[in-house]
Amino acid sequence: MFKIVWKESLTPVIDCLKVEAPALAAKARAGQFVIIRVDEVGERIPLTLADWDAHEGTITLVAMRVGTSTHKLGKLKSGDSLIDLVGPLGRPSEIEKYGNVVMVGGGVGIAPIHPIARSLKNAGNRIISIIGARNRDLLFWEDKMQALSDELIVTTDDGSYARKGVVTEPLKELLEKGGINRVIAIGPAIMMKFCSATTRPYNVPTVVSLNAIMVDGTGMCGCCRLSVGGETKFACVDGPEFNGHEVDWDITLARQKIYLKEEKESLARWESCQCGKS
Amino acid sequence: MEEKAKSKINLNRVDMPRQDPKDRAHNYNEVALGYTEEMALEEANRCIQCPKRACVSGCPVNVDIPEFIKALRDKNMPEAVRVLKSKNALPAICGRVCPQETQCEEACTLGKRKAPIAIGRLERYVADWDLTNKDKRPATILPPPTGKKVAVIGSGPAGLTAAADLAKFGHKVTIYEALHTAGGVLMYGIPEFRLPKAVVQAEINYVKSLGVEIQLDSVMGKLATIDELMDKDFDAVFLGTGAGLPMFLNIPGENLNGVYSANEFLTRVNLMKAYLFPEYDTPIKIGKHVAVIGGGNVAMDAARCALRLGAEKVYIVYRRSRTEMPARHEEVENAEEEGIIFKFLTNPKQIIGDDNGWVKAMECYEMELGEPDASGRRRPITKAGSEFVMDVDVVVVALGTTPNPLIPSTTRGLETTRHGTVVADEQTGKTVKDRVWAGGDVVTGAATVISAMGAGKRAAASINEFLMKKQSF
Ligand SMILES: Cc1cc2nc3c(=O)[nH]c(=O)nc-3n(C[C@H](O)[C@H](O)[C@H](O)COP(=O)(O)OP(=O)(O)OC[C@H]3O[C@@H](n4cnc5c(N)ncnc54)[C@H](O)[C@@H]3O)c2cc1C
Ligand code: SF4
Ligand code: FES
Repeated sequence: MFKIVWKESLTPVIDCLKVEAPALAAKARAGQFVIIRVDEVGERIPLTLADWDAHEGTITLVAMRVGTSTHKLGKLKSGDSLIDLVGPLGRPSEIEKYGNVVMVGGGVGIAPIHPIARSLKNAGNRIISIIGARNRDLLFWEDKMQALSDELIVTTDDGSYARKGVVTEPLKELLEKGGINRVIAIGPAIMMKFCSATTRPYNVPTVVSLNAIMVDGTGMCGCCRLSVGGETKFACVDGPEFNGHEVDWDITLARQKIYLKEEKESLARWESCQCGKS
Repeated sequence: MEEKAKSKINLNRVDMPRQDPKDRAHNYNEVALGYTEEMALEEANRCIQCPKRACVSGCPVNVDIPEFIKALRDKNMPEAVRVLKSKNALPAICGRVCPQETQCEEACTLGKRKAPIAIGRLERYVADWDLTNKDKRPATILPPPTGKKVAVIGSGPAGLTAAADLAKFGHKVTIYEALHTAGGVLMYGIPEFRLPKAVVQAEINYVKSLGVEIQLDSVMGKLATIDELMDKDFDAVFLGTGAGLPMFLNIPGENLNGVYSANEFLTRVNLMKAYLFPEYDTPIKIGKHVAVIGGGNVAMDAARCALRLGAEKVYIVYRRSRTEMPARHEEVENAEEEGIIFKFLTNPKQIIGDDNGWVKAMECYEMELGEPDASGRRRPITKAGSEFVMDVDVVVVALGTTPNPLIPSTTRGLETTRHGTVVADEQTGKTVKDRVWAGGDVVTGAATVISAMGAGKRAAASINEFLMKKQSF
């Protein structure tokens, strides 16, 4: 059992949890992920690390309520526990001095972008961050990103806050201006696909973090497989970060939808079980 | 009675009752129901207690078979249990899944007359008696602690056996397991209807009762490296990490939705209990027409699971013929009785998808058998122009597995073969790395429960020898 020492809602649908896991925290690196199970009947779901504190022995997870597991997670309070927490899994981000790095965080993807930006900043890069969400209510950690970015651009799709539009627009402007050495984009797959398409004509190396459906997270099942550069890769052990220009986005997008019907069914069932519970 | 049994050899092997195929094709309850006391005694009485003890040498861990059978027919169950468990820490599991027909039963003297003693069924009977009569168990007396600590990586049969034996030698053992449940393939691979998970957990509890600590959710190589474990806490390490990496066909369409590795398919069903969805949260795609590719035990298990999930038609697609199939004969027979359709001499060419990225069909070649290849089996050859299309919506690839490179790639000085297996001495399990032993599927590649247990046992003995020698310096 892994104790939740602190929990807050970042937005009405995005939760942030700090969980006790000293051994894991001691090993964690930017870009890695964990697999959690909320309860005895729960699914194993991957979440990219949003932060960790080796000294304190905790890790921080940020999750948006979409399926049954993330809704259950949202119901937990500090003092409760996760039944399972496995990690750190996957390869850490490549951290080097590249020069000017654009960090693009979309929606809940802002969370994993944060520690990667921090590591890149510490490695001497100039960080330009673009964070975006559908609307104001889905935006979080603007302050944290502000603190470690040399430049920060905020967008909302509906214009309810900051600049109206999608993240690829300011990204394109930056590329147009020139001098960008690397782009890291994390968010919904469709956003990562468009970010990769935006950077391609400029030949700027683009890294994306693929949130594939997983079971074990150690290379044992192949559920997380993707096609990258014409080869089959396992997101959990070969990734989660890949060259965005080489990813076969059609397969990636299709594979994320495998259980759409079942996920809806499961969530509806969970929600109906919640009625009557306070 | 005894006299009579000795004078006249009884060649009527007692059948084991099984669930009716029509019923069992739709439930997850155990297929083989086990002997009653009467049946067990009748079968045990057939044993002629031969002095040659051919069966014992046929058993990979040399269980004293005639001894436990004798105790059983004397109705001295605690003694039968003692004899059995002195060599085999997990008899309720072995009694169910060991390929006895190629081991002890093949060697049995009566086998020459086509009716070997049903040793596996008797083993299961004795072990199940033990599980239901735990209170009558004589307490295992453990020696005083030696103060030595051993880390065991992986909680499959190799790791569990090594841990149990090391604990019995008085060492402090910690098992590190990557998954959230201990048991390895016994929990995530072999289905409930062939090996009830309660039986596996009962055997694991026995190992725990010896003082073995099990740390779940611990992916070694990630959470800590083997070198770190040895630097910090442990005097020796045993690697029992199995062969968990799935192989794919590398044909077009393999990444379509609806294509599973057998590992994923079985893990979802068995470990995550997707057959109980939505009571359990993990889903699985229930195909209408399912093709399972492969001819081993894993393929049989996947096919029988697909059927129980509710598929209308389940095919086994195998590129050779029936005689070359590596699966246990009994399991092939079970699968056939349940209605699995066998497509022999058939090999997939490509998997065909619909517009949304879902499997809608599979194109196959017909094959014929040529000259024997390196494995001694006749090599399958593609018949030119024989392509045909099978209408399927789920494909399960059960082509075999190789060891996960996670530990070898993060451990200094471990030697691996080009198949990814860890090099270890066959007799002792010692690797080329100081203080590290290995055994089970990680060394042999995918094999059997009992061979993994045998390796765990031999390694435990070798580790014990090393630790005790060290102490005397
Ligand atoms: C579907 C199926 C059916 C089978 N049927 C039969 C049968 O009927 N009869 C038979 O005799 N054999 C059968 N086998 C084969 C048999 O199950 C295996 O040979 C046996 O389980 C191997 O034991 P093991 O202990 O070496 O490895 P495993 O049982 O594979 O256990 C390895 C364990 O190590 C863990 N692990 C791996 N890497 C790490 C890591 N880095 N850190 C921590 N833990 C780790 C894994 O999670 C796993 O729990 C079957 C196999 C399968 C897949
Ligand atoms: S070989 Fe067969 S008959 Fe002889 S002792 Fe063993 S089980 Fe009994
Ligand atoms: S999640 Fe199972 S192999 Fe990646």
